[in-house]
Amino acid sequence: MSNLLRAGMAAALVLSSPLCARAHEGHDHGAAAATATAPAEALSVARGFTRATRPGAPVAGGFMVITNATGRDDRLVGARSPAAGVTQLHEMAMAEGVMRMRELAQGLPIPAGATVALRPGGYHVMFMDLKAPLVEGARIEVTLTFERAGEVTVPLAVLAPDAEDFPGAGE
Amino acid sequence: MGRGAFERILVAAAALAAVAAAVLFLRAPDPEAGAPGRGGYALTATDGSTFTEASLEGHPSAVFFGFTHCPDICPTTLGEIGTWREELGAEARDLRFWFVTVDPERDSVDGLRDYLSWSPGVTGAGGTRAEVDEALAAFRVYARKVPLSDGGYTMDHSSFVMLFDRDGRFVRNIGYREETGSAVAKLRALIGAGAG
Ligand SMILES: [Cu+2]
Repeated sequence: MSNLLRAGMAAALVLSSPLCARAHEGHDHGAAAATATAPAEALSVARGFTRATRPGAPVAGGFMVITNATGRDDRLVGARSPAAGVTQLHEMAMAEGVMRMRELAQGLPIPAGATVALRPGGYHVMFMDLKAPLVEGARIEVTLTFERAGEVTVPLAVLAPDAEDFPGAGE
Repeated sequence: MGRGAFERILVAAAALAAVAAAVLFLRAPDPEAGAPGRGGYALTATDGSTFTEASLEGHPSAVFFGFTHCPDICPTTLGEIGTWREELGAEARDLRFWFVTVDPERDSVDGLRDYLSWSPGVTGAGGTRAEVDEALAAFRVYARKVPLSDGGYTMDHSSFVMLFDRDGRFVRNIGYREETGSAVAKLRALIGAGAG
């Protein structure tokens, strides 16, 4: 693994903690980190990834960790991406062996001081009508719209088709 | 009430009880008929065969239901199946995996074959809506269309992998994201049962 990649991953990990967001403001986090930071005391998005699509699969989930250090409640209300014809905010829930997926009609609250994870099996950005297959190792961009913070564009690394989390992001 | 009337009621009650017992006895289910995976379904498989209850006989099988417009559990489960097959190695030789679509309107058999081309050992099965519905009922699998705001839809569906022994009898499920060691142990037990 290259040092740059290692450093990028470390930065991505550190940035998932709101306390550390300020210290790393302005650093170059490295291409592999798929990390975007707004100014300190703002909203940050880290560990963004999606998954390579199987042949013919026209959909993919977008996953990330959103930290709200603004001191004020916010809400993720929309998303769009040049990679997909339709992009929505979704939630998955398992009940009695049945997996249900629903649109988040009211968006996703990101309370002040909170870190909200979008991850497989739970909240996700849903990409539909993909313009092209997602290939492992590539990256796509997603523009998130927050009620207060406005638009934040972040890269998502395209990981393996069954990736569960950003590399090195074990908890 | 006279003594005669009381006796008649007793006799009637005893007769009713006997009839009820007989009905219960007659309706005691044949252990095969109506069991999960049993039924008259016939789907088109991606290997050119027809997927029927007979497809589950002669070797252990694992059957999973999904669809290609599935962002999470289907790719995750197919990835897990790959892991299980790796862990089992040669033991998995005669274990057959089936992926049955719950969304035949969007999943053609050719589309399923493409989708599964990264999953050696997994055969797809599809057909018309009516054919698939018959299979879903036979496996007692839940699937329902749910509209999305862009005019499209997604599918709620059962997320487990169903295990069948060499005689096509349902044994148990592997749950979504069940721990790998536990899933592999269940498969190993399935392969070992009646082998030889
Ligand atoms: Cu979704």
